[in-house]
Amino acid sequence: MNAARRPIFLAVLLLVLAAALAFLLSDYRLFQMTMVVAYAIAILGLDMLTGYTGQISLGHGAFYAVGAYTAAILMANFDVPYWATLPIAALICAGFGFAFGFPALRLGGLYLALATFALAIAVPQLLKYKAFEAWTGGVQGIVISKPDPPFGLKLSQDQWLYLFTLAVAAVLFLLARNLLRGRIGLAMRAVRDHALAAEAMGIDIALLKTRTFALSAMYTGIAGALGAIAVQFVAPDSFAVFFSITLFVGLVVGGITSLLGAVFGAIFIVFIPNIADKISKAAPGAIYGVILIAFLYLLPMGFAGLLRRAARLDACAAPPTKTLAPPPGKMAEEIRIRNG
Amino acid sequence: MRGSAETDAVLRLRPGAEAALLLRVAGVMVRFGGVQALAGVSFDVARGQICGLIGPNGSGKTTLFNCISGIYRYGAGKILFADQDLAAVSRARLAGLGIGRTFQNVALFRSMTVRENILVGAHHLGRSGFLANALALPSVAREAQAAAARLDDLLDRLDLAAVADIAVARLPFGTQKRVELARALIGAPKLLLLDEPAGGLNHDEVAALADLLQDIRERFALTILLVEHHMNLVMRVSDKVVALEFGGKIADGTPDEVRREPRVIRAYLGDGADASAA
Ligand SMILES: Nc1ncnc2c1ncn2[C@@H]1O[C@H](COP(=O)(O)OP(=O)(O)OP(=O)(O)O)[C@@H](O)[C@H]1O
Ligand SMILES: [Mg+2]
Repeated sequence: MNAARRPIFLAVLLLVLAAALAFLLSDYRLFQMTMVVAYAIAILGLDMLTGYTGQISLGHGAFYAVGAYTAAILMANFDVPYWATLPIAALICAGFGFAFGFPALRLGGLYLALATFALAIAVPQLLKYKAFEAWTGGVQGIVISKPDPPFGLKLSQDQWLYLFTLAVAAVLFLLARNLLRGRIGLAMRAVRDHALAAEAMGIDIALLKTRTFALSAMYTGIAGALGAIAVQFVAPDSFAVFFSITLFVGLVVGGITSLLGAVFGAIFIVFIPNIADKISKAAPGAIYGVILIAFLYLLPMGFAGLLRRAARLDACAAPPTKTLAPPPGKMAEEIRIRNG
Repeated sequence: MRGSAETDAVLRLRPGAEAALLLRVAGVMVRFGGVQALAGVSFDVARGQICGLIGPNGSGKTTLFNCISGIYRYGAGKILFADQDLAAVSRARLAGLGIGRTFQNVALFRSMTVRENILVGAHHLGRSGFLANALALPSVAREAQAAAARLDDLLDRLDLAAVADIAVARLPFGTQKRVELARALIGAPKLLLLDEPAGGLNHDEVAALADLLQDIRERFALTILLVEHHMNLVMRVSDKVVALEFGGKIADGTPDEVRREPRVIRAYLGDGADASAA
């Protein structure tokens, strides 16, 4: 198959298989898969900021929470249909991300990590705050009802919600792919690899970082809205600091700068805690820790790193194409010397 | 060969060249704590010239580059590029004005391939933003095609086609320097600042670089400010040479004039054989 076509073919195949799951799994498993898809979007959002642009965020749970509460408040208090909450959550989170990112990104590095961490600590408290209680429901949170499938489709609520979430994710992943492989994605990676050189290439670092922060918060916020609709419930304590760290774990285990990595990371954070719980009721945290360390040890570049290595082996096994042929003359010599 | 290079140089230095002034450095001073890195350096570079900038280690050559490209602030003095005061221009806008550069110790994007590294150099030529890219609008494809065409030409010209898809971090220093050169060139600069492009090259490669510099100067209508320790290279390709020592200018003229300047010979005493053999 044409090498350029192959990723597209694989993506479509994966999407079809994922959609087929709607008719193979129990409603509870479908609920879990819906959460996987939502977390995959959240991790993709985090990846844009942390993986591509190199700005560590330990507080993305805050944007997820804002998205989740936006959806819940709109549905419970304003009778907005569930699907219409997504663009609103997207806008609010993008604005929130922009406003927070503008000053925070000037900090950079570890200071930015701490600033976002502070955000993760503050947001659940704010959600409990008395003045907002009429909307947020305070400590109790908000209960919302699960949407019915439209057009009289003969699907269960869980089947429909899974397919809906999957469709939203497919669109968001496609848009992200377009963005990240083009000049903006290159600019993000350039800023991460060498900010000074990126600036000398005409990249306005402050602007790029702030916009990326807004976009990243927007993706994570949409994921929050989808997650809230699936869980039918939001409460401040679901979005405590630990949740932000969990998203970060998903990013690292999945592997940065990879769309598939985000999906794998989401699978990890949804299922591994369950598995750990099954192995030992007494100390699931310890089991989770051991599994996590084992993954980091076995997959040093995350799941995405494993895929890339496999792709490279695959490329070597294939008949050499023009670009993969050993470079001629002096250049080949240089490479040989370098690689020993 | 030398003869023709010298007549060239003389032609380019004729009074008429004054009208075509591209870069003016006027009394630039930089101090780092107790070190006077630049002590009021002034010189002009005319459009189309290759201007060599020489001087012993620590004489302030890289510091001057960093002032021109906005990385260091200078306490006093002025830098004019095409009659525009660079002090008022933000770093990210310099590429758009037409100032490209390479770095002494190579500042490549380590996780990227050669192709990707060079493409970043074309960033400022593009206009498409987040939304246009996410939606893959036709304008994005047009920009990408334009950049790809420039890229292919440079890969060929700089002998990088064979390594285009290799991660830059795995290439030898000399090749990385060429990638940096390509990355600067794809942005269509008017003024190119090269900080020791011959670093890590062997004798034959330095000779090839000299031809390459003259070739790209013609082809891309460039003005080049060239920092180099390889005297042979500087003297061969430069139309004019500026020599620094301890942050001050000690000579400014044609390669022959500068080579004969006693203060330059003294500054290069250890290197004296090199300076006069060129
Ligand atoms: N960022 C900095 N902080 C402090 N001192 C600096 C800095 N940059 C340069 N210097 C000092 O300024 C002086 C000039 O350095 P510069 O790097 O410009 O020299 P150079 O001519 O490029 O030397 P070389 O040929 O070794 O590259 C040196 O004494 C150097 O130590
Ligand atoms: Mg230097």
